[in-house]
Amino acid sequence: MSNIPHPDLATVELDEFQYDNRIVRDFAIATILFGLIGMLVGLLAAFQLVFPNLNMDLPFLTFSRIRPLHTNAVIFAFVGNGFFTGLYYSAPRVLRTPMWSPVLTRFHFWAWQAIIVGAAISLPMGITTSKEYAELEWPFDIAIAIVWVSALVNLVMTTINRRVEHIYAAIWFYLASFVTVAMLHVVNSIALPISLFKSYSVYAGVQDALVQWWYGHNAVAFFLTTPYLGLMYYFLPKAANRPIYSYRLSIVHFWALIFLYIWAGPHHLLYTALPEWAQTLGTVFSIMLIAPSWGGMMNGLMTLRGAWDKVREDVVLKFMVVAITAYGMATFEGPMLSLKNVNAIAHYTDWIVAHVHVGALGWNGFLTFGILYWLFPRLYNRPLYSQKAANFHFWIGTLGIIFYTVPMYWAGWVQSSMWKEFTAEGLLKYPNFLETVTQLAPLYFLRSVGGTLYIIGFIAMIYNLWMTALKGNLVKTETAKAMPLNAIWNAPKSEYWHRRILERKPLALTIFSLIAVAIGGMIEMIPTFLIKSNVPTIASVMPYTPLELQGRDIYVREGCYVCHTQMIRPFRSEIERFGEYSKSGEFVYDHPHQWGSKRTGPDLHRIGGKYPDSWHYNHMEDPTSMSPGSIMPRYGWLLEDDLDTSTTKAKIEAMQTLGVPYAKGFENEANANLHKQALEIQGRLKQSGIKASANKEIIALIAYMQRLGTDIKAEK
Amino acid sequence: MSALYLLIIASLTVALGFLGAFIWSVKKGHYDDDYTPSVRILLDDTPEDTHS
Repeated sequence: MSNIPHPDLATVELDEFQYDNRIVRDFAIATILFGLIGMLVGLLAAFQLVFPNLNMDLPFLTFSRIRPLHTNAVIFAFVGNGFFTGLYYSAPRVLRTPMWSPVLTRFHFWAWQAIIVGAAISLPMGITTSKEYAELEWPFDIAIAIVWVSALVNLVMTTINRRVEHIYAAIWFYLASFVTVAMLHVVNSIALPISLFKSYSVYAGVQDALVQWWYGHNAVAFFLTTPYLGLMYYFLPKAANRPIYSYRLSIVHFWALIFLYIWAGPHHLLYTALPEWAQTLGTVFSIMLIAPSWGGMMNGLMTLRGAWDKVREDVVLKFMVVAITAYGMATFEGPMLSLKNVNAIAHYTDWIVAHVHVGALGWNGFLTFGILYWLFPRLYNRPLYSQKAANFHFWIGTLGIIFYTVPMYWAGWVQSSMWKEFTAEGLLKYPNFLETVTQLAPLYFLRSVGGTLYIIGFIAMIYNLWMTALKGNLVKTETAKAMPLNAIWNAPKSEYWHRRILERKPLALTIFSLIAVAIGGMIEMIPTFLIKSNVPTIASVMPYTPLELQGRDIYVREGCYVCHTQMIRPFRSEIERFGEYSKSGEFVYDHPHQWGSKRTGPDLHRIGGKYPDSWHYNHMEDPTSMSPGSIMPRYGWLLEDDLDTSTTKAKIEAMQTLGVPYAKGFENEANANLHKQALEIQGRLKQSGIKASANKEIIALIAYMQRLGTDIKAEK
Repeated sequence: MSALYLLIIASLTVALGFLGAFIWSVKKGHYDDDYTPSVRILLDDTPEDTHS
C-alpha cells in the first residue's frame, strides 16, 4: 500500500483543507480545569481519612459521596477530555482530513462538559446507582450513550473520508475504544427507572456484580488504556521526531490487546460467589495480557533508543518516559493481582488503591502532561513559557507519585497481614477491625502529602500553559495539502463479489452491524435470561420488607459501599471475623448488588443482629461514640430527615417487574407494613432510652442493617 | 448465572466485529508495508513541512 499517484492520471490536484485547532484548545482547557477539580476532590477525600472532621457534617462533602465524584471526575472528565484533546489534534492530521462534521465535534465538546457538570451536582446530592465508575443515574447514562455514539460516528466518517490509504495504529486504538466503551456502557447501565433520578439495576446480586466488573475492568481497559495507547503512538514519535521503534509491533500490540482484554473482567471477583470457571477464565486472560502490554511498553521505550540525550533535555519526553514506565508497571502488577493467591492478600485493601494510582497518576496523568506541554507551544505558536517550571512539575509530580503509592502499598500489606493473623491459640490476633484501620493513619497522611505534591505540580503546569497562551497567539486553523484518496494508485487485485461487498465502506459496515447486532441481542437476551433466573436457590432468603428496601436505598444514596463490602470470602480469617461466608443465593433480590470493592471499614454482610438497634442509632450519629478512634464520618442528617414514603409503592412495583416475588397487591399495603415495622424499631430504641420518631431515615437504615445476612441463619 | 451468557455474547460480538475488521485490514493490504506509515505521521503536509 503506497501513497503513489495513479499512473493513468495526467495531473493530480492536491486538496487543500484545514485542521481546527480551536476544538483542541477547548478540550485542553476542559482537561486542565476538570483535572484540577477532580484531583482536589481526591485530596479532600484523602485528608478525610486522616482527619474525619473534614467531612464537616455536610452530606454533600461526606467521604462516601465525594469519593465517587473523585473517581468519575478523574476518569471521565480529566482522562476523557485528555483523550479527546489528543484525538481531535491527531486524528485529522494522521488521516489528512478535517473532522467529518464540525457540528458533531462541537456537540461532543459541549454535551460532554454538560454531563460532567451534571455529575458534579448529582453525585454529591446522593443521586447514584452505586455501580462503581458508573454511578451516574439513568438520564445521564442515556446522554452519555448519545454523545459517545455521535462522536464514534464522527470518527468513523472521518476515517472513511481520509486521504491516506493506510489507517495508522493510533486510529485503530481510538476506534476500538469508542466501539467497546459504547457496548460496555449500554450493557452495564440497563436499569428500571422509578423516577427521574432513581432506578434499579435489572441485574441482581451475583449477576449484577459480574456485569459491573465486566464493565469496570473493561472501562479501565478501553477508557484509560487503549485511548492513551493511541495517543502514545502518535505523540511520542512526534515529540521525539522519530518513528515508533517497530510499527509491526504496534499492529500486533493492538490486535492482541483487543482480543484479550475483554475476557479478563472476572479477576475482580476472585473468591466471591462467582462460579469457579469464570474466575479462572479471568485469571488466564489476565496473565496472557502481559505479552501485548509489555510489547507496547517496550515499543514506546525503544523508540527513544539512541536518543536518551534528548530525554535529558526535553521535558515532554521525560513525562512520556515515566508515563510509559508506569504503564509497564501497572500492566505487570495487574496480572499478578489476578493470581488467586496474590489476590487473596491484596483484594479489599489499599494495595488496589496504589495499583490504580500508578496507572492514573503515572500513565494517564503524565502522558496528558507531556502532550499538553507539547501541544500548547504549537497551538499558540511560541515556545513554552518556562522550561524550568515544567521541569519542576516533572520532578514534584514524580515525587508525588512515589509518596502516594509507596505508603498505599505498605498500608495494603499491613492491613491484610493484620486481618489474617492468628494467635497461637487459634484466635484472631486483631479481632477488633478498628485496630487495623487506626494502624494505617500515618500512611494515609503520607499518601495525602503525595497527592498534595502532585497537585502543586499540576498548578505549576496551569500557570505555565496559561502564560504560554497569554504571550502567544492561537493558531486557530492550519492549512494542509494532500492528494485525494481516489488518486492513489493501488496494485490491481482480483475482484470477487464478496470482496466488493465486504470491502466497500468497510468500517461503517463493521461498526454499524456490530451495534445493530449488539442491541438486537440484548433486547432478546435480557428478559429471557434475567427475570426467569431470579428463582431463589436458598428457601429461607426472602424479599426485603418495604422499610428495609427504603433503608437499602439510603445505604446506596450515602455510598456505604465505598468503604464497606458485603462479601465474606471463604477464608478462615474472614469467617472468624465476620461470620459465615457469603453465598450467591443470598443476593437474589439485591438490585443493585452492594458487594463493594474496598474495606476501609469492616464487611457488613453479617451485621444483622450483631448489635442492638440503639448501637446503630448512636453509631450513625457519631461513630466515635461506639468505636473510639473510628474514621467514619457522622451521618447526623439521617436522624433528622424524614423518610420519603411516597416512593414506596413505585419501588415495590419496580421490584415486582424485576421478578422479586412480593404477593400480588402488596404494593398497596406496603406503606402500612413499613409503618408497622418502623414502630417496632422505635419501640426497641425507646427501651434503650432513645427517643426517636418512627418516620426518620435512620429507622429505615437500621431495619436494613439488621436484616443483612440474617436470612441464612433462620435455616440453621 | 445467566448474566454470564449475556456478557459472553456481548463480548463475542465485539470480538467478532474486531476479527472482521482485522481480516478486512489484512486483505486490504494495510500491513503489507510495516514501516512507511510510522514515518508518514511525522510529516503534517502543512506548508512549513513542505518547505523544510
